[in-house]
Amino acid sequence: MTIKKSPEESRDRLDKIFHDLTRSLRVKDELSRFWLFILIMFCIVGVWAWGYQIQQGLGITGMRDYVSWAMYISNFVFFVAVSLIGLLISSIMHLLKIRWAQPVSRVAEQVAIAAVALAGIIIVMDMGRPDRFLNVFLHGRFASPIIWDVTVITTYLTISALLFYLPLIPDLALMKNRLKGKVPGWQYKIYDILSLGWKGNPQQFKLVYHSLRILMLLIIPVGLAIHTVTSWLFASTLRAGWDTTIFGPYFVAGAFVAGTAAVILVMYVYRVRYRLKEYFNDEVFDRMGKTLVFVCLVYLYFNVNEFLVPGYKMKVAEGIHLTELFFGRHALAFWFTMIAGLILPIVLGVIKYFRRPLPITLIALITLIASWFKRYIIVVPTMEHPHLPVQNVPEHFVHYSPTNPEITITLFAFFASFLIVTVLAKLFPVITIWEYAEHQGIDKKYMFEDYDQN
Amino acid sequence: MDKKNTRRAFLRLAGFTAAGTGIAASGGFLSACNRVEEVTGDKIKLLTSSGELVEVDRAQLTPADMPSLSENQKRGRAGLPGRRWVMVIDLARCRNARKCMEACQAHHQLKPEQHHMNVLQMKDAAHTAPYYMPKPCMHCDNPPCTKVCPVNATFKRDDGIVLIDNERCIGCRFCIAACPYSARVFNWTEPRDSEKYMGVTYNIEANVPQKKGTISKCLFSADRLRDGKLPSCVSACPNSVYWFGDQNEDAVTNGTTGETVSFSGLIRDNAGYTLLEELGTKPRVYYLPPKGRAFPYQGEVHRQV
Repeated sequence: MTIKKSPEESRDRLDKIFHDLTRSLRVKDELSRFWLFILIMFCIVGVWAWGYQIQQGLGITGMRDYVSWAMYISNFVFFVAVSLIGLLISSIMHLLKIRWAQPVSRVAEQVAIAAVALAGIIIVMDMGRPDRFLNVFLHGRFASPIIWDVTVITTYLTISALLFYLPLIPDLALMKNRLKGKVPGWQYKIYDILSLGWKGNPQQFKLVYHSLRILMLLIIPVGLAIHTVTSWLFASTLRAGWDTTIFGPYFVAGAFVAGTAAVILVMYVYRVRYRLKEYFNDEVFDRMGKTLVFVCLVYLYFNVNEFLVPGYKMKVAEGIHLTELFFGRHALAFWFTMIAGLILPIVLGVIKYFRRPLPITLIALITLIASWFKRYIIVVPTMEHPHLPVQNVPEHFVHYSPTNPEITITLFAFFASFLIVTVLAKLFPVITIWEYAEHQGIDKKYMFEDYDQN
Repeated sequence: MDKKNTRRAFLRLAGFTAAGTGIAASGGFLSACNRVEEVTGDKIKLLTSSGELVEVDRAQLTPADMPSLSENQKRGRAGLPGRRWVMVIDLARCRNARKCMEACQAHHQLKPEQHHMNVLQMKDAAHTAPYYMPKPCMHCDNPPCTKVCPVNATFKRDDGIVLIDNERCIGCRFCIAACPYSARVFNWTEPRDSEKYMGVTYNIEANVPQKKGTISKCLFSADRLRDGKLPSCVSACPNSVYWFGDQNEDAVTNGTTGETVSFSGLIRDNAGYTLLEELGTKPRVYYLPPKGRAFPYQGEVHRQV
């Protein structure tokens, strides 16, 4: 337990915390302009590529009748996976009252919102007829896993946005109170409107706590559902490599690996860029490193199940699929995902030295890249091996390789998600100020005292 | 075999329609003769129900009894009452003539690489004999493809045919992933001759004109069935491979010889089977094993890559 601080000490400490945590709002140097420029340029190029794809048809991609789901679907699964970290850190760890995870929770929500939003966009980009998107609502058939996916993804996005927004309201009031004249008028206006006239009285806090608790409980089944249902898009078919019963938990476990890695990366950027060493301190990285090891171990367990059991039996179709993965065209990607994406974080992550901020961030980067390839490995090889022989079609129908427009749209997805995270970080503090201050022993009455007088 | 007793309504219907078409055609011819002065020289391109593009003088045009798009979609979903279409493919007779593929691609306006009907070169095990296997859509009674469609664009009709409404399909391609027979194709780019067919009313029972960004597949030539004709592939086969008919009547007709036999007798006496039956899809297409083949196998076996 932290000891309650005296009024003067509290006010000084609060000023410092506020100053540090709002640095991301104030930093407006060449580097941040350049970064925003790059992101926006990539997004424009990506949207242009999508327009070209709509005009020309999906034929500009490497997909054809046999490999008819490929990189876009891999991206979709990847983004859904990354978004699940919001559930783990800002809900489960919060409910379990894990203190060190508190400063990470807004980062996790930023990542969750950006990823789930992009998952929704990329799936529309994969459609042959995006102009008929409304048919999903007009003629929706509830027996189709796609409808389940649309339902849970929109629900998850809504709950994630609320989980981001509700703890932000007191922060917005703090910023409204303290940043007048220090930020541009439009930005101040946003804080003014979004803070909803927050006064900081106990009833209001009670309301926020109650709503947060309900949302944290609600997001657990919804979060598990988004990735389980996404796995059922594959598991509900009769194809070798997808036709398995453990796909739900297998995907959920893999999602935590990708999401943990993504959060570590974002945390490190904030730590360096916004000079938040005290906040995203070595302990937080150490604990996140341990979390990464833990989720990798769980995922490794599912991977052993997923590959050892069918590999032991080698049924015809499964045998072709596994041979292709272990020794065939996809062997390099497969072993990269296994070694760099699972074994490496486990082996290095158990050593304390590698859980320091920079080493664990590099490990997380490799893990995240491997996580993307893992989705590619799940989607593409299975499509290349249907039950019946592939004949009487051109060679490029048989093996898939992505085309330039397809890669451009994939890059768009990444840069658009970076853009969302960047904009959120530029507008709102990356750590919940009032919650962090409270954990530092500052009473809430000191946070909103000036505000009361107005 | 007493053909008179085994020939049933299917053939009768086919005969009536053929005769009716003949009368209508001659009537049209006569009236065209009477109005020979009225030829304007203004030619109009028309698409016949069999997918051919013809030119007709404007003066000779009379309003046709064509259903509107919504009417076509409605009756296309309902199917032909009282029918349960079934196909039997005799592998012993297939010599890879590929006339079925050609007729199919002409009827459904498909590109050379798009197959509603695909003749595969099969070899089941290392030392078994290779054979040719025509592969249409299986029109499963437990179809994995219609289950996963999010917008009910592909559906199972009461007469057994699995159809697609290309005016509703959103192009998610979940059905391609779900189909274990690789029966479905997608219009990745502008369909074949799309400028030529621009403005032609969509026919749900033939998937024509093909629509960019949507799925297409074999539909037992549902438009021809409505006209009392056999599917394009069945009629086009020169080697008596295909039998097609109505399971409710227990009668199938050979597309080459016109012979009609008992469906249950045919598959019983020749050890008929369905493809990948262990998947539980319950296909409506039956195969007769390639035993006692009419022709020696000629081609190289295409290696599965």
